[in-house]
Amino acid sequence: MRKKKQSLDFTSKWGYEPAPENSDHIQLKKKYELFIDGKFVKPTKGKYFDTINPATEQKLAEIAEADESDVNKAVKAARNSYENVWSKMPAAERGKYIFRIARMIQERAREFAVIETLDGGKPIRESRDIDIPLAANYFFYYAGWADKLAYAFPNRNPKPLGVAGQIIPWNFPLLMAAWKIAPALATGNTVILKPAETTSLTALKLAEIIADSGLPPGVVNIITGGGKTGAAIVNHKDINKIAFTGSTDVGKLIQHSLANTNKKLTLELGGKAANIIFDDAPLDQAVEGIVNGIFFNQGHVCCAGSRLFIQENVANIVIQKLKDRMETLIVGDPMDKNTDIGAINSKQQLETIQKYISIGKKEGADFYQSSCALPKKGYFCKPTLFLNTSQSHRIVQEEIFGPVLTIQTFRTVEEVIEKANNIPYGLSAGVWTDKGSRIFNMTSKLRAGVVWANTYNKFDPTSPFGGYKESGFGREGGLHGLQPYLSL
Amino acid sequence: MKSIISIPDFSKSPAIDQVGVEERVARFTTRSIKKASKVQGLKMALNMIDLTTLEGKDTEGKVKQMCYKAVHLHDALPDLPSVAAVCVYPTMVRTAKQALQNSGVKVASVSTAFPSGQSTRKVKLLDTTFAVENGADEIDMVISRGEFLKGNYNFIFDEIAAIKEACGAARLKVIFETGELSTLDNVRRASDIAMYAGADFIKTSTGKISPAATMPVSLVMLEAIRDYYYKTGIMVGMKPAGGISTAKLALHYLVMVKETLGNGWLSNHWFRFGASSLVNDILMQLAKEATGVYQGAEYFSKD
Repeated sequence: MRKKKQSLDFTSKWGYEPAPENSDHIQLKKKYELFIDGKFVKPTKGKYFDTINPATEQKLAEIAEADESDVNKAVKAARNSYENVWSKMPAAERGKYIFRIARMIQERAREFAVIETLDGGKPIRESRDIDIPLAANYFFYYAGWADKLAYAFPNRNPKPLGVAGQIIPWNFPLLMAAWKIAPALATGNTVILKPAETTSLTALKLAEIIADSGLPPGVVNIITGGGKTGAAIVNHKDINKIAFTGSTDVGKLIQHSLANTNKKLTLELGGKAANIIFDDAPLDQAVEGIVNGIFFNQGHVCCAGSRLFIQENVANIVIQKLKDRMETLIVGDPMDKNTDIGAINSKQQLETIQKYISIGKKEGADFYQSSCALPKKGYFCKPTLFLNTSQSHRIVQEEIFGPVLTIQTFRTVEEVIEKANNIPYGLSAGVWTDKGSRIFNMTSKLRAGVVWANTYNKFDPTSPFGGYKESGFGREGGLHGLQPYLSL
Repeated sequence: MKSIISIPDFSKSPAIDQVGVEERVARFTTRSIKKASKVQGLKMALNMIDLTTLEGKDTEGKVKQMCYKAVHLHDALPDLPSVAAVCVYPTMVRTAKQALQNSGVKVASVSTAFPSGQSTRKVKLLDTTFAVENGADEIDMVISRGEFLKGNYNFIFDEIAAIKEACGAARLKVIFETGELSTLDNVRRASDIAMYAGADFIKTSTGKISPAATMPVSLVMLEAIRDYYYKTGIMVGMKPAGGISTAKLALHYLVMVKETLGNGWLSNHWFRFGASSLVNDILMQLAKEATGVYQGAEYFSKD
């Protein structure tokens, strides 16, 4: 049977029924207070802000806004428990508490997954299969290190720093809390953690677990608020270490304000990763890697593979395959188990993404979106491609942090290495080729903290993660992730 | 107007990454199929089955009974389709053809010294011609896996092309016996060879070797079909066979077809299940959807 023009039909002749995850078992309070010194306390000024579900634009709860005096209280509690309890406790005992937190996250995984999805807009498939299990795994992993620090750094004398101030982003709320809290506790520090303004709920649920776990009061304090609260943590005199994950702009401000202080700093900032497809790559699997690289978590991933480089002789084939694959992506209700791409985290972020889409169009790049329908309410964005882009396009240079992929072609290995590195960022990269020697050549020349070969966006507690250049410094995860919390 | 299709170098078939294939397959299995879409999917699957008996002990009596079942799957349930075809040895083709008459159910015959394929080209051609002359609508041939593993790709190509010619109007399914090819790269290569040599269907397994059909193997073949379609405009069918015995797994396969090749392949003209025990499991699920309760295995006929 022959047809004149070949195209595949991905319309829903036989479709999937909606399969929404039940949220009846979730109990959310109307108001969430600050978790300081083992107790939930009202903010001094009594100010609260709303947290909303970005998929429905409905209010979920009110969150306390901490000001300087609340930060003071939290630091005081953290300092007190550091001096009197946590630093004196045998390391193996510290480890037990961390193990306990890990197990309690596992026990309440379903509840965490649902809240993560309600509050942040990510598909339930991801929060259930990736975010929450991985968060538990980070606690498990670092629990094991607590009493083995002398083996991690032989012939050194690893000592905790004291009180750590940790500020995390909204794209992986619970997972980022785990990345920060677990190594800090394992190394004997006490913690003040501030989740992002739009996604505080799972961190506050974690506070409930921490309270239930019997962890001594003040070891972990979780306070909520926006940029001002963050600044109060960063500038507090009695904090020994700041760990920040977020935008490069804020990272620069933090580094600026920490100059001339003794505080240690780690920054995990933005990225604009090159995902490089060679002509000998397993192309169908590479297309999966492209999709997973840019559309995972709506593209709200600092290590997203947002700049695609395809070797010119296979560019048309790969783009055809990519477009076909995009037609099968389901965008919509994040609570539906069939959903591949959920809601954009906030109205503000959706506006940023739309701004970049119009910039891309103005710059003359070829714009393509899949034909999926979007829900009427909520913040959604279709998976988007910009074809025929070049290094000079703004959409290629700047981090968009959304489901927007720019595509360039290349011809030689030298060319693609030069272009991949020609960016202020250096967090991650992907290489797709069937040739082992080429992978090693590429990984040694790409200036990126993480390079994935024939896969993308894979995370594991044993593997260090962090950036080069404007993507930050310091490593999280693995043995390397202990170091920023120790004086050696 | 006929376009000229150039034959590629089969030693350069696209590379396959097994880890990536398995990850993609895992995603198909998490699609939620229930209620109306489940019933629709199960009926579609029933209608795609090649009800099969390929045993040394097969007799005319056994084949006739199976043919009756092929048309009357479970008369207690209304609006059930028939299966797509029955699949038998060449000596049973005439019996099956007579038993099925105008039911619309096709008769497929295995051939070419099934299942091992260890015979001469001459014998394989005779085997095929015999089945076609007895009325087979479809021929399920096996490739010479030994020659394939020796790297003798031209031999395989010529073998398939010759059998295709002997098939005449009958549609040709080419069985790779993927359990003996061992790598997904080989599965991809065999798919390319078979399609360019004229296969109407590509099929995973004989059912005599374990592992038989798996989802990763089938995905690689579906992707090969997609690439061939884009290159030539020719649609080729797919038949996973052996090892698919539950309704749930059958639905996962249909999801895979839908998301890889689209709706164009969601009919028994382009997709088949080679199976026998699958039928009753699907019937059991359909009865449950209709009545709300599961019924025991003995409520469903075993022919």
